[in-house]
Amino acid sequence: MLLSLPALHLQTSEYHPLFQLPHGRLGPWCSPTGSPAPLSCETGCGEGSWILVCRLLVPTQVSLLSMEEDIDTRKINNSFLRDHSYATEADIISTVEFNHTGELLATGDKGGRVVIFQREQESKNQVHRRGEYNVYSTFQSHEPEFDYLKSLEIEEKINKIRWLPQQNAAYFLLSTNDKTVKLWKVSERDKRPEGYNLKDEEGRLRDPATITTLRVPVLRPMDLMVEATPRRVFANAHTYHINSISVNSDYETYMSADDLRINLWNFEITNQSFNIVDIKPANMEELTEVITAAEFHPHHCNTFVYSSSKGTIRLCDMRASALCDRHTKFFEEPEDPSNRSFFSEIISSISDVKFSHSGRYIMTRDYLTVKVWDLNMENRPIETYQVHDYLRSKLCSLYENDCIFDKFECVWNGSDSVIMTGSYNNFFRMFDRNTKRDVTLEASRENSKPRAILKPRKVCVGGKRRKDEISVDSLDFSKKILHTAWHPSENIIAVAATNNLYIFQDKVN
Amino acid sequence: MATLCGRGAAPPPPRPLQAPPPRPAPPSAAGAGAGGQDTMFARGLKRKCADSEEDGEGALAAFRAAPSYSLQRQSLLDMSLVKLQLCHMLVEPNLCRSVLIANTVRQIQEEMTQDGTWRVMAPQTAGQAPLDRLVSTEILCRSAREVEPPGPGSGDGHALDLVSELSTAPSAQAPRSPQSSVWEVDSPRESRGGFPKSLDQIFETLENKGPGSVEELFSDVDSPYYNLDTVLTGMVGSAKSSHGDALEALASAAAPPPSSSCKDLGELDHVVEILVET
Repeated sequence: MLLSLPALHLQTSEYHPLFQLPHGRLGPWCSPTGSPAPLSCETGCGEGSWILVCRLLVPTQVSLLSMEEDIDTRKINNSFLRDHSYATEADIISTVEFNHTGELLATGDKGGRVVIFQREQESKNQVHRRGEYNVYSTFQSHEPEFDYLKSLEIEEKINKIRWLPQQNAAYFLLSTNDKTVKLWKVSERDKRPEGYNLKDEEGRLRDPATITTLRVPVLRPMDLMVEATPRRVFANAHTYHINSISVNSDYETYMSADDLRINLWNFEITNQSFNIVDIKPANMEELTEVITAAEFHPHHCNTFVYSSSKGTIRLCDMRASALCDRHTKFFEEPEDPSNRSFFSEIISSISDVKFSHSGRYIMTRDYLTVKVWDLNMENRPIETYQVHDYLRSKLCSLYENDCIFDKFECVWNGSDSVIMTGSYNNFFRMFDRNTKRDVTLEASRENSKPRAILKPRKVCVGGKRRKDEISVDSLDFSKKILHTAWHPSENIIAVAATNNLYIFQDKVN
Repeated sequence: MATLCGRGAAPPPPRPLQAPPPRPAPPSAAGAGAGGQDTMFARGLKRKCADSEEDGEGALAAFRAAPSYSLQRQSLLDMSLVKLQLCHMLVEPNLCRSVLIANTVRQIQEEMTQDGTWRVMAPQTAGQAPLDRLVSTEILCRSAREVEPPGPGSGDGHALDLVSELSTAPSAQAPRSPQSSVWEVDSPRESRGGFPKSLDQIFETLENKGPGSVEELFSDVDSPYYNLDTVLTGMVGSAKSSHGDALEALASAAAPPPSSSCKDLGELDHVVEILVET
């Protein structure tokens, strides 16, 4: 059922210089429905129903080009971009996040840059182009710093981006590296004043003697310009590396969590923050557990959860005390003694925790599984999904090459019926909570033409390997999908594979 | 091992380093050594752990004495120690990773203590109480990186508990330049000068151990590691001198016994011997 479409390598002029999208799209288009459809993966016939919308690549070597750049530069840049293997480490995407409407998609990379993509608007002429994401704005959020006191570098890598809900024409987002959180305002400008009295059209000051009349400057339309300005910088509050930020449902406060502490901020105040969780022991020798992720409840502004490296989740109520060292709820699954090994603790370390949109459940990701917990039941999760259990026998090798410390993220879909997480070999997995079916898909250049339907992948764990299966030993552990995002209301997903951003959409027949 | 890391290509760098110099890739070296017994290791570990749960005490002791299991466990311990030592980079080490590795080391240590294979050396010079305490995380991270000059004349604490000795050290102690820890990022300075010296001693101790994966574990690490350290920091000389100054200052302050520096090195030796089977 592969849709026949133009191949990736099109004529130079057909490519947008920045993101390799062919301008002219041919072939049937599948328009998304308004409401999220349940995942319908046909694992029996070996075909899934997710299609590749576009693959986006923003290398650092290409300077930001406006829409009006000339064709010659475009040609040069296109031939350069064609070489996909040329990607620096600074381009590695480190976080992906849709905003609350799904209109914008933000990515952060190791080089400290934030790139925002905007969904293309539906137009009468080209209905089929809706659903693609184009570059909207790019800015350098964080710069590398040097901590002179400790003689250590502070990485500029963007660890997390969180959007604020839109309250006016501008967009606001929080981006953070290891130490500093910044609030960015992204706004459009499509008018500019013309007819100044004291300046001429080029901006040079006019000789006052030549001014004989007064005029009122008028606003004239100009080409759309998107500018990002840092509105707040929240610095010097974290001794350890920030791993999470979470905007509160009151939209006035947010929290930032590092390995040992969680701080509560007010958006308006940058020189103060409240410490609400502190698990640093008095004697650092006794440190055995760190905070790995934290998030506010989507509706209750007093409630938040944080996960630990020992596989536990604590739910805290800020009304109970100023310092939430005593949890309200404590979620931990008893250990399975039959699976015990020296690596048990490491693989139980939770790398991500996410509230469901309903606020009723939390989802946690540890090295081998994804678990869904009901907030009302603390002693065990209600659902456990195996992401790549075939790695259980390889834990020693994965410990050796440090892959066992990879922090995978997990996401809910808009209706909380499907959960998704990444794996190795550019595989990512989706689990339908209702039908209990799951699918493994791959985000790779070789296997995906635009509009092609993704074929479900399968890892063979031993014995006879079937034709399309891949054996565990052939998996590429350098290609890991750590960051994914799901559109808040539609079945559109963004998957970050190293320096590539893939956008897939559910094909509705 | 090579197949796990890619399709026949060179194994990928274990962790992306900030520094440009090529990583000596000790985990690959470790893999070269332990690679041969990779599947056996993982399987053996799991199987024997599960089996040992079911066996009785007598069988437990006999089972665990099986050479393959203890060798593999030792190899894991060595690998973990190397990982802890090499978390010393230009960027602050990942605290979560360090904590997890240290917990793994502690777990192995606890098991070895239960087995009775964790041989404890009574310190000769200090005459302190026998070491029945588990090695603290701090020591695991610092023992190979630094010689901590303990407070002169402080008979408090155990030979291994260098941190507590430091806390009881007199205030006349020299600027605590050598003091650092994986956890204590609050401390003002990080020293890298102690690395080659301490690592050297570890290598010497381990060489006496016996054949097997351990030598291969460290054989590739030795020389490239020195280069990495020197290239990265360029501070080896200065840090060493400051470290030496600290020792000298200690030696002169509060009239400690003249053998204090020898005592320091001797204690490190004990630490190292305790950490590994000799």
